[in-house]
Amino acid sequence: MSTQTSGRGGAPATPAAGNAAPKPAGRHVVQLPEYQRELVDLQPGERVVACRPHAFTDVQNSYCPGCTHGIVQRLVAEVIDELGIEGITVGIAPVGCSVTCYDFFSCDMIEASHGRAPAVATAVKRVHPEDVVFSYQGDGDLASIGMAETVHAATRGEKITVIFINNAIYGMTGGQMAPTTLPNQVTQTSPYGRDVSTAGYPVRVCELLSTLDGVAYAERVSCDNLKDIRAAKRAIKKAFEYQIEGVGYSLVEVVSTCPTNWGMTPQQSFDWLRENMLPYYPLGVYRDVRAEGFATAAEAAAARAAACPIAQKGRE
Amino acid sequence: MAQATDEKRVLMKGNEVLAESAIRAGCRFFFGYPITPQTELAAYMAKRMPKIGGTYLQAESEIAAINMVYGAAAAGARAMTSSSSPGVSLKGEGVSYMAGADLPGVIINVERGGPGLGGIQPSQSDYWQATRALGHGDFFMPVFAPSTVQEMADLVYHAFDVADEYRTPTMILADGLLGQMMEPVVLPPARDLADLPAKPWATTGTRMARRHNVVNSLYLTPEELERTNVERFERYDRIRATEQRAETYLVDDAEVVVVAFGASSRIARSAVKKARERGWRVGLLRPVTLWPFPVDAVQAALDGGARAFLSVEMNMGQMVDDVRLAVNGRAEVAFYGRTGGIIPTPAETLEHIEALARSVGATRRDADAATTKAGE
Repeated sequence: MSTQTSGRGGAPATPAAGNAAPKPAGRHVVQLPEYQRELVDLQPGERVVACRPHAFTDVQNSYCPGCTHGIVQRLVAEVIDELGIEGITVGIAPVGCSVTCYDFFSCDMIEASHGRAPAVATAVKRVHPEDVVFSYQGDGDLASIGMAETVHAATRGEKITVIFINNAIYGMTGGQMAPTTLPNQVTQTSPYGRDVSTAGYPVRVCELLSTLDGVAYAERVSCDNLKDIRAAKRAIKKAFEYQIEGVGYSLVEVVSTCPTNWGMTPQQSFDWLRENMLPYYPLGVYRDVRAEGFATAAEAAAARAAACPIAQKGRE
Repeated sequence: MAQATDEKRVLMKGNEVLAESAIRAGCRFFFGYPITPQTELAAYMAKRMPKIGGTYLQAESEIAAINMVYGAAAAGARAMTSSSSPGVSLKGEGVSYMAGADLPGVIINVERGGPGLGGIQPSQSDYWQATRALGHGDFFMPVFAPSTVQEMADLVYHAFDVADEYRTPTMILADGLLGQMMEPVVLPPARDLADLPAKPWATTGTRMARRHNVVNSLYLTPEELERTNVERFERYDRIRATEQRAETYLVDDAEVVVVAFGASSRIARSAVKKARERGWRVGLLRPVTLWPFPVDAVQAALDGGARAFLSVEMNMGQMVDDVRLAVNGRAEVAFYGRTGGIIPTPAETLEHIEALARSVGATRRDADAATTKAGE
């Protein structure tokens, strides 16, 4: 059966007459969002087992085989669908392999200059506080050229969600050393392996950002197996929910692959990820203010500064 | 720009007037970073914006500030940033992206001396940067040069309208002298935010009512990028045809025309007046728009019999290039300027006017007070 949805964006809110009502969600049944139902012409006895999220356009993506951008972007689109926020979401695309993701999401999209997505996202959220704003950034964009914007958007506690793809290399420019390239990892610009005595050490973004008071939620996930993909989706959903509920800044780091520039097959790259990336970048929750018992990042920050009189003073 | 005459005149500092007038133009989003000599502007915004439901945000850098303007403009708001010369250099990339994505916004440059860290005294040495190459790629942006505090109020107000009309960044090129100066000013009326131009292209969230909007400056197909640039330059042609502005003073019968903008035009005006008293037929042409350069006003002066032009600037000679292009060989073009934060005096400007007048064999009559009076 056909599960194609037509067009982007402007789907009606009510199903048209004659369309079958969706089956209850089951093991192999997809519960379609209401606005998507009329686009699927279900015949009696048919059920939807898989479909493209509405928040995804029907533009073919530009990613290499074995790259996890496609998986992560699909997870983001599924979360947007499940939260029913496509119409109020604005996404910020980075510079890098995922630059053209503005074509892949059905929500409004802005392409930012290299590294500046958090500054752009900050302003969009300030102009439209009722909107949901996310940036989607790679490691060079987020942790090298855009580190200042990353750290300051986080410490300001901007109510934005950052999806961070860490694949330890610059992909689009052909495989140069990234801020997250592992020690001794060979790249085009670390041809003898990253020499930490001259090139320094990789940046652990979740660990770094978790020290900042504005951060409500920071988790590192992976997409190398089905279980972790599901965990990644839960993390992404939580990150969006924290924004919607005004808890604070949220970031999900996805440890990812780049088979093309790592010089590996897709399968080898996932093995390499498990063998080398995960020990250096351990998965887990690095900050979750709600799990710490606070309603918001602001509340957690106030508790942390309890001994500082001026920090406790109410605004006059 | 005529203002409502019943409005009260107030005494205000130039930098603060830029801020207040921007707010009255409907700007509710200001992103800044501290730098001398524009600090009063940001301080004024920090004080006022929270009171009127606007946003003042001190960015982590000039780079972040201009990218916040990019984001706010993409989201459909009237947004502004301000800085001084070294900080404006940092904004260059962001302004190029704004031009490439056709985003409106206002950038204030209260210039100081350069290059490098330069100095903190007034300068006009960012003329080239503003009118030619603030960022990479094929683009221009309208640049307005106020010469009084009143004009700072009028031009920042106008700059927002021009930015929205042509979907382009615009710049106010002021300097430390004007920024720090206090003068009486009649402020423009506050815009009703509901009356600002609609921006159906803005990324506000689709509300599931339209196809998604994309704000972008990337075109991977050469033909597509070329077509986009050609279309943008057609818009620039319309700007050139309709937005040139200049003020002229005693130019109608002038043999020698002094060209000066901003703070230095005020000194040049005194020198022109003095030269008239000494019998020279001298006038002043003051570009108000630096891009588009008021070529038509220069042509009119040439048609009226101008034989020589003297560009007077607070730099090593930058606008003089545009004067030469506009004159296109039809008259002598000379330059006089001081730099490093030093302001030319009327006396030394007069010396250069007289030297140029003599070198082109301009006619000198006896001191003719009547001509001066008639011209004023």
